[in-house]
Amino acid sequence: MIDHLIPILAGTLAAATPLVFAGLGELVAEKSGVINLGVEGMILIGAIAGFAFATQTGGGAGAGLIAGAVAGTLAATLFAILSLSLGANQAAAGLALTIFGIGLSAFIGQSFVSYSLPGLKPWDIPLLSDIPVIGRILFHQDWVVYLSWVVALAVAWVLAKTRLGLLLKAVGESPESAHAIGYPVIAIRYGAVLFGGAMAGIAGAYLSTVYTPLWVQNMSAGRGWIAVALVVFATWKPGRLMLGAYLFGGMTILQLHAQGLGIRVPSQLMSAIPYAATVLVLVLISRDRKLLQLNLPASLGKSFMPGG
Amino acid sequence: MLTTAPLDHPPPTGEPRLQLLHITKRYPSVVANDDVSLTVMPGEIHAVLGENGAGKSTLMKVIYGAVHADIGEIMWNGRQVHIANPAAARALGIGMVFQHFSLFETLSVVENIALVIGGKFDLPALAERVKSVSEKYGLPLDPNRLVHSLSVGERQRVEIVRCLLQNPQLLILDEPTSVLTPQAVRKLFETLRQLAAEGVSILYISHKLHEIQELCDTATVMRGGKVTGHATPRNETPASMARMMIGRELPVCHAEPYTGVSAPVLQVRGLTQPTDDPFGTPLEGIDLTVNSGEIVGIAGISGNGQAELLAALSGEALVASDMVRVGDKPAGALNAAQRRDLGLVFVPEERLGRGAVPSLSLTDNALLTAHRQGMVKNGLVNYAAAKDFATRDIARFDVRTGGAASAARSLSGGNLQKFIVGREIMQTPKLMIVAQPTWGVDVGASAFLRQTLIDLSRQGVAVLVISEELEELFEICDRIAVLAGGKLSEAVPKQQTDAEAIGLKMSGLFAGTTHGGSHASA
Repeated sequence: MIDHLIPILAGTLAAATPLVFAGLGELVAEKSGVINLGVEGMILIGAIAGFAFATQTGGGAGAGLIAGAVAGTLAATLFAILSLSLGANQAAAGLALTIFGIGLSAFIGQSFVSYSLPGLKPWDIPLLSDIPVIGRILFHQDWVVYLSWVVALAVAWVLAKTRLGLLLKAVGESPESAHAIGYPVIAIRYGAVLFGGAMAGIAGAYLSTVYTPLWVQNMSAGRGWIAVALVVFATWKPGRLMLGAYLFGGMTILQLHAQGLGIRVPSQLMSAIPYAATVLVLVLISRDRKLLQLNLPASLGKSFMPGG
Repeated sequence: MLTTAPLDHPPPTGEPRLQLLHITKRYPSVVANDDVSLTVMPGEIHAVLGENGAGKSTLMKVIYGAVHADIGEIMWNGRQVHIANPAAARALGIGMVFQHFSLFETLSVVENIALVIGGKFDLPALAERVKSVSEKYGLPLDPNRLVHSLSVGERQRVEIVRCLLQNPQLLILDEPTSVLTPQAVRKLFETLRQLAAEGVSILYISHKLHEIQELCDTATVMRGGKVTGHATPRNETPASMARMMIGRELPVCHAEPYTGVSAPVLQVRGLTQPTDDPFGTPLEGIDLTVNSGEIVGIAGISGNGQAELLAALSGEALVASDMVRVGDKPAGALNAAQRRDLGLVFVPEERLGRGAVPSLSLTDNALLTAHRQGMVKNGLVNYAAAKDFATRDIARFDVRTGGAASAARSLSGGNLQKFIVGREIMQTPKLMIVAQPTWGVDVGASAFLRQTLIDLSRQGVAVLVISEELEELFEICDRIAVLAGGKLSEAVPKQQTDAEAIGLKMSGLFAGTTHGGSHASA
């Protein structure tokens, strides 16, 4: 039994990693009061940029991830100019970015359909990977999974322990007050949105260069939307976000295994299970209104223009 | 940098801390400050007195660097300075306590303070400093409480402590007592006198004449953007200062006895309402009757169930049908619109956001509740009628504004309140419920609003006023009740009670006497 479970649980971590990156990025952006619905588009742009760069330069997954981060940041810059500098509606600008990302990635991707990449081999963490069962699950992963933990810890630490985190929360709650006491609201929001873009770009590049190392049109398959939903249901807390991401990853792997066992349920229905289950569970655990109220960035989605 | 200069060259005694010379600030439609000059000495408590729209707030924003004057100079400790932004003002040693607090609700006290204080980011150490400063000046604060759980008075303490931690040489307070209980005001004055004794200059913006007389050394009076007088408050009478401020005699409210038919219009019976808000107050067995032709006041400090009671009365929260009756109809289960159809009108405490939509024009805001006055036909809005209604409201209730097309947020608090009260009165209600009718409103507009409510009641309308200002309740009400801890005392005629007795009830010392002594909650 354990022998069957280990690959499932280990696979869960890899399957969840794009969500962890994209979700953390969106969490930071939303903490600053900006809701970016362009995550799906930024993931796809990151995916094709990473894949193209990795195949063209032969630089491997590492180069791909960097290219993905750069491309995601550029895409986010586009969104930031529209919504932060020009005061466009955040929801509309984000949706436009997603549509743009889907189209652009499909267009560029046409010439990369036949390529493939070697992916990444797992790294065993010395000593830790020797722990029975847990070691095989947690510490026998590719290095990007470890990187996602580092990023998660860093985001949690910055939000909880630093002046920057405090400032992010303050700007997200009341940009007017933050402006009144003399903080550069727009610059801080730019920073948060661009970070979100970089993370979404890495998420996409991980999909196309490591997780399934080839290009398939629309390969993010709605993960960007799940990431946006995760942030809300996680009540803007990094720990809960990780939990939600791994839940989704687990369900993805489980239904793949179930399909492999030949259970007679239409595969489309099976593929929908992770999405439905994640949303259901997160709705249930986020019913605590007090928690939601205390953590919701009060100015989320409202544009702010510093006036005289 | 400007910041180090004051220490290198300590000002000789007799040199002004702050001098404003011929400050002029024009906005497209109005001259907010017209050739205003003002001098504040070290350790002086200087009042800036004026009506709404007199230009006090603009002048303070100029000093605090949030607004730049078109003409004029600012001298700081004898040197001409340019204050580019609030951060530059703070660096000079200017602190400001805002009328509408600039605090972040979901952050703790110490986090809010850390956002303004520079230096190393060490919250525990800062919490210690907050504790010691707050104790030194008699402003007790728990640094780790979240701001949204604090009372208004405690929030003000946070703002003051935040300023004090920066060792200011000048402290600006904008209407600081409008939210405080009498005891809290006394405490605040002690703190301010202590600061002044240490050499801190204080600019005290207010319209409460007796407070200025009690606290301030000197006063600058403003009207219509201009300085209309300098005074030593102790040598003046409230009447003489009011003349300078509003250019005429202090208005007094007149209440004739009501001679019409008196019948119950609002009846509340055993209103009990638990709350699922962790910071809310549950209501317990509230009984209240308001008759036509009378004003009933509910005294008490906010947070004792005022918000919950108002929601249950206005229809924002639904209760059992028989708990609230309007006229002869059970209304507890009706929503706000249905209760309005019964002749109930409601003026909430929050003018911007609940009483009016800040970004909408006055015409659109009139439409929000007054659409019953024939402004909507077959689902289509008759904008001509709405505009006409708003224009009549503006004229009849002396609302100072550019016109019916002005956005609600462009009006000062008093003028917006006049507009909202006017909008409700013009719907010829049977019952009017008003919360904090003169919160942050100056003498002239307050008197106008109070007289308006009295006149309304004498036409046979039942009026319920919820207010924290005892003086106001004694001036306009026929009967007064007290809401404390979610329970309401019996409403007694004002001739049979006094401020002392009401103050005792505010601490909950009535439950035993009105409910047979079984569950007193001291």
